[in-house]
Amino acid sequence: MTATISHVADQSTKTGGELPGSHKHRVRSALGLLLRLGLSLVFGLPLVFMIVSSFKPDLQIFDDLGSLNAFLPVGTLNLENYLGVFDRVPFVTFLLNSVFISVSTVAFGLVVNSMAAFALSRMYFRGQKVVLGVILATLIVPFETMALPLLWWVNTIPYFDGSQGWLDTYAVQIVPFVANAFSIYLFYQYFDSIPKELDEAAKVDGAGWFRIYRSIIMPLAGPAVATVAILTFLPAWNAYLWPLMVVQSEELRPAMVGIDYFKQLNVSWGQIMAYASIITVPVLVMFIAFQRAFINSIASSGVKG
Amino acid sequence: MTTSTNARAAIATTAPSRARGARRRADRRSTATGWLMLAPAGVLIITFLLIPIGLTFVLAFTNARLISPEPAKFIGVANFTRLFDNETFWRSLINTVVFALVIVPFQSALALGLALLINVKMRGVNFFRTVFFLPVVTSMVVVSMLWMFMYQPNGLINALLAKVGVQGPDWLGDPRTALIALILMSAWQACGFHMVIWLSGLQTIPADLYEAASLDGAGPWQQFVHVTWPGLRQTAIFILITITIAAFSLFTQVNIMTQGGPLDSTSTVVFMAVRTGFQQQQTGYAAAISLVFFVIVLAVSLLQRYLTRDKDLKR
Repeated sequence: MTATISHVADQSTKTGGELPGSHKHRVRSALGLLLRLGLSLVFGLPLVFMIVSSFKPDLQIFDDLGSLNAFLPVGTLNLENYLGVFDRVPFVTFLLNSVFISVSTVAFGLVVNSMAAFALSRMYFRGQKVVLGVILATLIVPFETMALPLLWWVNTIPYFDGSQGWLDTYAVQIVPFVANAFSIYLFYQYFDSIPKELDEAAKVDGAGWFRIYRSIIMPLAGPAVATVAILTFLPAWNAYLWPLMVVQSEELRPAMVGIDYFKQLNVSWGQIMAYASIITVPVLVMFIAFQRAFINSIASSGVKG
Repeated sequence: MTTSTNARAAIATTAPSRARGARRRADRRSTATGWLMLAPAGVLIITFLLIPIGLTFVLAFTNARLISPEPAKFIGVANFTRLFDNETFWRSLINTVVFALVIVPFQSALALGLALLINVKMRGVNFFRTVFFLPVVTSMVVVSMLWMFMYQPNGLINALLAKVGVQGPDWLGDPRTALIALILMSAWQACGFHMVIWLSGLQTIPADLYEAASLDGAGPWQQFVHVTWPGLRQTAIFILITITIAAFSLFTQVNIMTQGGPLDSTSTVVFMAVRTGFQQQQTGYAAAISLVFFVIVLAVSLLQRYLTRDKDLKR
């Protein structure tokens, strides 16, 4: 399941019997490099533009548009836009809400889904196959198809304190996303690759199933934990449609939905770029720091069992 | 959003039948523990996934409202007759289909191109992979705001176009360009994701196949047609399906950038479902829209099964 992206043999040097030092080869690799650089500009520059603009007054952003200055930190640079963001919205609250919601979803998700996968993969009991089949069958249903019925449903069922409806709580932003069929599937696949003899040995030593799960299997499941954590964190951090519908109070609102504030009265693009930068840069930094884990977890979502 | 929706479709082919090794008689205690460990996930999945899916089928035939003192009443197919009479619905369905039809080949080809470009041994290849992937870890909300700014009539894109002497359109304000603008931006955001999937497919192709082809005198294009492409068939089906389902789920971009306008030219099925089910609180009607959407997704994944089966037979 952890498909690693390594770099396989260079195909370009093998093509058409070109020798690495030949003129034709050099022209081709120069063109290839140009193409790659050009595409990097297409994918990277908009983000550079966003971050650079967040430090410029609106007037200067528009002045710079016609030239390369749009992508360079030149001219008047200050933190006005950032201060404006804090003025305009309870930004710290939004950000802490996002952190709290995503971290809780990931933490509960890791425990709940790995436990279910453990039961399905390493234990034997009746009805197991049916459960696995149902879980896998739900994978094709995109969240968007059931979002509206789910909205009605969470507004109908009783809350923990007995009152009706879950709307406008932290719980409604976390609990429905804790159990995740895809996470169960990823753990299941990984657990299946761990030799069953380990369980046998532990049982001989008198360990129960919970003990085997906690002390033997989970410590071995690092890569699966990383994959599931990343694939749970990103959608939780980026959630937009759901919190848009279920949260009315400002103090429960996550950062993504907060961006809608800036589209109302007197739009300041500099402030919008500042807001967009602060909610993006932490994730970009995390991505760059844990690149391999990120890319491998995406790759694993395409691997078929 | 991308990761989860794409991931969901990933498994449709893998099916539950997984050969179990030594199948043993379950003792009673192990059964109890097994169900106990399954219970938290099971209860949550039933409550927040299976019941809502089932509810879609029930609510679609009622006049349920999000907040209403009166209990919902069964009203037969009235929601559907109303829906099929609604011009905005057909407009939204057509927009969604057009969006899917254009973005599926465009984005998958672009992603494959990127994957081929970084599937080489070359200095700096890691840098390119990272840059191509950056938009994927940027949320669609942020990407939408950023591109909304760049698409302004006096925005970055038109300023760049003016440099080369082209008078750019009012991208999001013109019904003729708004959907195209959304397509370009969505492909920009997501294609790094599919690049990684193509890449893992590319790396399953054994290197000696290329060596053999090159010994036979095959050039790069012939190698691509006869070695690379046949080896990517499974990956291709997976990618086509995931992009299609993600395309049908189109919502965030529309809600942030255009609100379905101008003149419904960017309204989509999900956008309409949210507008009716959330803003207008007509849950029954929104469930009917969701049901239509559900049927489309089901059809797409059945098609996936059919295509994969076809392949298994050939083998």
